[in-house]
Amino acid sequence: MINSLDPRIAREKINEDNTIAPLTEMDNWETYEVFHQKKRGEQHEHVGIVHAPNNEMALLFGKEQYGRRGISVNIWVVKTSNVFASDYDDADIFETVPDKQYREAGGYKVMEMINKYKKENKVK
Amino acid sequence: MNVTAIKDLLYKMADDLLIIGHRNSEWTGLGPILEEDIAFSSMAQDKIGQAGALFEILHELGEGEPDTVAFMRDANKMHCSQFVELPNGEYDFSIMRHFLFDHADQLRFEMLANSSFEPLAQVAKKIKGELKYHVFHANTWVVKLGNGSEESKARMQTALNESWNYALGMFEAGDFEKELQSENIFKGEEALKTRWMANITPFIEKANLKIPDQSTWEPILGGRKGYHTDYLQKLVEEMGEVFRLDPTAQW
Repeated sequence: MINSLDPRIAREKINEDNTIAPLTEMDNWETYEVFHQKKRGEQHEHVGIVHAPNNEMALLFGKEQYGRRGISVNIWVVKTSNVFASDYDDADIFETVPDKQYREAGGYKVMEMINKYKKENKVK
Repeated sequence: MNVTAIKDLLYKMADDLLIIGHRNSEWTGLGPILEEDIAFSSMAQDKIGQAGALFEILHELGEGEPDTVAFMRDANKMHCSQFVELPNGEYDFSIMRHFLFDHADQLRFEMLANSSFEPLAQVAKKIKGELKYHVFHANTWVVKLGNGSEESKARMQTALNESWNYALGMFEAGDFEKELQSENIFKGEEALKTRWMANITPFIEKANLKIPDQSTWEPILGGRKGYHTDYLQKLVEEMGEVFRLDPTAQW
């Protein structure tokens, strides 16, 4: 057995020939997606993931990883396995989106008209 | 206001926080997983910060500079309970100590939020949220591990058994209990212990653990009066090693 001063190595009980015991249940925790809210009323934003064995622990770790430096008022955690996501193979469903700028507010060329009006009428 | 009594109270609180903060920080880089390592280290830092706030008040009451007071005293001049100076052992003991200590810490500050000694009441109000989070962290771990595998259950029960009499020692009566109570500064160690028992019991039950039988209770006292285990002197020397090289250095 490798006898190390580093407890992370010592507790793995690694044999001299380097064979590592197979993983058992609880050795690997699930991941949780973390969302934080900067101000009450604002949307929660995705900030990253944490490993955790349950919801409560995920909240604790989420607070620590993502809420310890910046300002947060609220945190959500969601099991990554509960997120239903689109497939990257289906990315073509988004392909023609850039052609449809008229669907975006920015697609309307209205600012030019506003600026022209402001200039003509000396509105600030 | 009885300044001697206030100083006595502040010293034992500050020393408890300084020493548990230092002990818990020894896990930095060695925690069971990355997320928990960061969480535990961050709380250890909070504890040192809380100690710092109390040393500041002591300084305003005429005691030495906070750094000097924290790093230059030998063990026999420290007022921490023996519980906080014990080595970390394995994570079971560290988590159990964190649970038992932080419940007491939270309640002590909660009681002090209404203290007639205003500076202490202010600190208590300021760190309320911090303490709530520390206790939430401790409760979550204890309940989780107490309901985990056979090994984790056995380890947590052993940790509780080994901690118990030391934990009771946190409530060692001081020399000024009456003065502190009559001046509405602090309601006293006995009152704190009663609240502590009421707060920890439901979580210990939820964790399926058992508080040792009352017939075996023997609080380990002396810490508040400067009597300590041999572990503390070594800790104090290590903690103050750099500071003691040149106490006048500017940081």
